[in-house]
Amino acid sequence: MSEILSELSTAVIEGNLDDIVDLTEDALDEDFSAQDILDKGLMPGMDHVGVEFKAGNMFVPEVLRSARAMQSSMELIRPMLVASGVKMVGKVLLGTVKGDLHDIGKNLVGMMCEGAGFDVHDIGKDIEPDAFVAAVKEFEPDVIGMSALLTTTMRSMEHTIKALEEAGLRDKVKIMIGGAPVTQAFSDQIGADGYASNAASAAELAKKFVA
Amino acid sequence: MSNNLTTVVSSKDVTVKINREKATVIIGERINPTGRKKMLKALQAGDFDMVRQDALAQVAAGAKILDVNAGVPGADEEALLKQVLQTVMDTVDVPLCIDTADPLALEAALKTYEGKALINSVNGEERSLDAILPLVKEYGAAVIGLCMDDDGIPATVDDRLKVATKIIERAAKLGIGPEDIVIDPLALTMGADHTAGFLAMQTIERIVAEFGVNITMGASNISFGMPDRKHINSTFIAMSIHAGLTCPITNPLEEEIAIAVLAADLSMGRDEYGMNWIKAYRVRQKAQAETE
Repeated sequence: MSEILSELSTAVIEGNLDDIVDLTEDALDEDFSAQDILDKGLMPGMDHVGVEFKAGNMFVPEVLRSARAMQSSMELIRPMLVASGVKMVGKVLLGTVKGDLHDIGKNLVGMMCEGAGFDVHDIGKDIEPDAFVAAVKEFEPDVIGMSALLTTTMRSMEHTIKALEEAGLRDKVKIMIGGAPVTQAFSDQIGADGYASNAASAAELAKKFVA
Repeated sequence: MSNNLTTVVSSKDVTVKINREKATVIIGERINPTGRKKMLKALQAGDFDMVRQDALAQVAAGAKILDVNAGVPGADEEALLKQVLQTVMDTVDVPLCIDTADPLALEAALKTYEGKALINSVNGEERSLDAILPLVKEYGAAVIGLCMDDDGIPATVDDRLKVATKIIERAAKLGIGPEDIVIDPLALTMGADHTAGFLAMQTIERIVAEFGVNITMGASNISFGMPDRKHINSTFIAMSIHAGLTCPITNPLEEEIAIAVLAADLSMGRDEYGMNWIKAYRVRQKAQAETE
């Protein structure tokens, strides 16, 4: 692999905000396409971050820095990706369910999914079932990720799934859920398609859904 | 206004006074199924052994008040909270902090409770103020006020102070004095924002200077996402005690935390002759000798 692309991967892993924009420009000067920069530079870097985070060798602030570095590079290449009609891996819609204000885990899932090449649409926290339904209609995601951190708000996930069923949208999307009190058993019980215990696993699960 | 109000809570026979000149009061956080899958399973199965064990262990480790939360998804919280509360009251004689988001479950718990409870919690949302404060008044309880409102958790010290002010003023209109309001400034994790701890401490200082109320805080989430969390938690809790924290909600079974609180109290001149510190040292020595 080219040296400049591997330097980009390293910059993502290190969260090197100072150099990543210059490196991206250098790669473009060397006639690498935006697609190459994404697929062979940024994404392998973020992949590595996901693996290390899952293994407990990297920590939340480092993941945030890596994601920020990747975003700085993406800002530069996104218009080119759009212009050349590059297809993303898929679309992920994310939100913390009604009654719940915790969003750190959900934000991490968003970053990991972006790092895995998804087009991510994050609709925020304390999201009503109807708002999820409206967002599904508008954004047409392949995967929905719902988060809840409280035992008292987990039930909102079930209500959201019901609302999607009533709107006739349930079969059009895969649903994954997560958050401290959430378990695989709960996922099965409320009819979600899967559970992930951490952000890196969530991105892997989303990839499995669209494969 | 005095900058040193006294909040009094009680069980049937034991009264606890929270005051800035006295030793820090630890509110034990463990009777709560949120994020504790074993406890969740036990409560779902109607098994209260773990509740009893946690109550005894936390009191033995120095908790003066115990938080009681029975938020189990799908369960009848009104009935379950009453059961858990009764179990704890039958097991230990310390004041309890009734932790629920459901006003009906809260009222049922207050009817069961013997003594002056601490309610966890009210916040600056209109719906919350309207539902919770009348219960505080009716049952003569004290209440924790969270610095958040309809717009979420404010990002600045000024805006958090505004929410605290709103809660204290609304309570006053119902005849609830500021001594019965314990403010929680809300500590978000430094894993996501490295200024979150400093913001919480600045908020504490401002609220204490303005109202002199007692301050609580969940001091375990501050380190979420970070390695070696117990060192962060114990340092943060000690620094927050200096800022004005008087009754943290935390896990007294974490030895580092319990030690940090004792050392902070001694450093603040609230541990006469260092007796609490020395006593705790001897307990640790004895435990160590027994395991060797």
